[in-house]
Amino acid sequence: MAEEKLSTRHLLGIKDINRNDIELILQTADNFKAVINRPIKKVPALRDITIANIFFENSTRTKLSFELAEKRLSADTINFAASSSSVSKGETLIDTVNNILAMKVDLVVMRHPYAGAGQFLSRHVNAQIVNAGDGAHEHPTQALLDAFSIRQKLGDIEGKKVVIVGDILHSRVAISNILCLQKLGAEVMVCGPTTLIPKHIESLGVKVEHNLIKALNWCDVANMLRIQLERQDIKYFPSQREYAMMYGLNKQILDNLDKEIIVMHPGPINRGVEITSDVADSKQSIILEQVENGVAVRMAVLYLLASQRD
Amino acid sequence: MQKRTLLDGQKFQITIKRLCHQLIENHNDFSNTVLIGIQPRGSYFADRVQNELSQILKKTTIKKGNLDITFFRDDFRRKDGMLAANANTIDFIIEGMNVILIDDVLWTGRTIRSAMDALLAYGRPARVELMVLIDRRFSRHLPIEPDYIGQQVDSLNSQHVKVSWKETEGEDKVILISESNK
Repeated sequence: MAEEKLSTRHLLGIKDINRNDIELILQTADNFKAVINRPIKKVPALRDITIANIFFENSTRTKLSFELAEKRLSADTINFAASSSSVSKGETLIDTVNNILAMKVDLVVMRHPYAGAGQFLSRHVNAQIVNAGDGAHEHPTQALLDAFSIRQKLGDIEGKKVVIVGDILHSRVAISNILCLQKLGAEVMVCGPTTLIPKHIESLGVKVEHNLIKALNWCDVANMLRIQLERQDIKYFPSQREYAMMYGLNKQILDNLDKEIIVMHPGPINRGVEITSDVADSKQSIILEQVENGVAVRMAVLYLLASQRD
Repeated sequence: MQKRTLLDGQKFQITIKRLCHQLIENHNDFSNTVLIGIQPRGSYFADRVQNELSQILKKTTIKKGNLDITFFRDDFRRKDGMLAANANTIDFIIEGMNVILIDDVLWTGRTIRSAMDALLAYGRPARVELMVLIDRRFSRHLPIEPDYIGQQVDSLNSQHVKVSWKETEGEDKVILISESNK
């Protein structure tokens, strides 16, 4: 049995981990997927670990998924939402987290609206940090679960072609996905209106395409991102209807492609904008499998991090 | 480093055959009994027992699964290094069945404690028995004793028992290894 461990104490972004780490996480997630499909879905592995879920930004899927992963591992959990806390009284991030850590917490899962919040915290507090999304920077567990889902569907990621469609500019999912898929040997393309593709993104080694049909004909997997209206400070396209006509994926487009592609979406879906209902609910869509895999992948991440002693 | 051979060659085969006949004595035709090998090394032993039983009973329907105990261990974060998990392959129902837990070496009993917990996540077996090839007696940390024993050995804590299998290491053999400076 190979004795392996992660090269990092925290999971702050895909940028900081290597291919071996990613493969170890995906392999471990295979085992946890088997666990959560059993009659008794719980293992006692983290029974003496306490995990704080600190969310400075709204979340449904990620928060529930982390919480469920923690419970399935028998960890003790505490939840914290910034909106109902002393943050609104003016407490700083380090103070907030140190107060939580004073209650003997081993691991912190944090979502924050500012890029780099995880990195900052990891330098100033004495706990292991898992980034659950920081601004428009990274969302590593989403990228890992997307990679896990692709691997489960196609067998391997090496050499596969993945297109990420939509609001690349504001998307932490896009950045983490690009880095993760490239580390696993996939080819990545981004597709969207020029206003939503960041300048110089080619320097990451991705292809850029502005025509959705061309992009879809090239790929094996299409990851359709949500238009993040809450992060858009100015108008990036004339109307949602026009965006849907140019970059929305519907059944007709899907059926007219030369090959059958896999459709993914990190959620939450704006039905009728980036993806129509009949595509989201079609058998080519693996959106709900992504959610199921999310729990297994997060269990793997927490288990592997917690297994490292200080 | 000193090595002493505990079991090999014909004696190894005879031991496996004897264990299989003991199992048949208690479980008849295995219609209500399943074999569960503890991952990773108990599963090799379980494979061998399954083959041997199939030959003796002339039937190929003896059920065998592999159980991984990694997430149920009690030494998580208490030792250096992390043990990678193995696959669970139990594609039958254990509810109401007689289960034979199979491992190569029984030492402190902690693995078996974890295995019993891991097993119960699959349902409530009627009865659980334990079979080991080597029993390092007088070294238990927990009140666990095997029902079927290949061979008992007296060993020091500093010694190590290594079981090799024809399928994976090329030879059926059990050796007791002791560091010479101890």
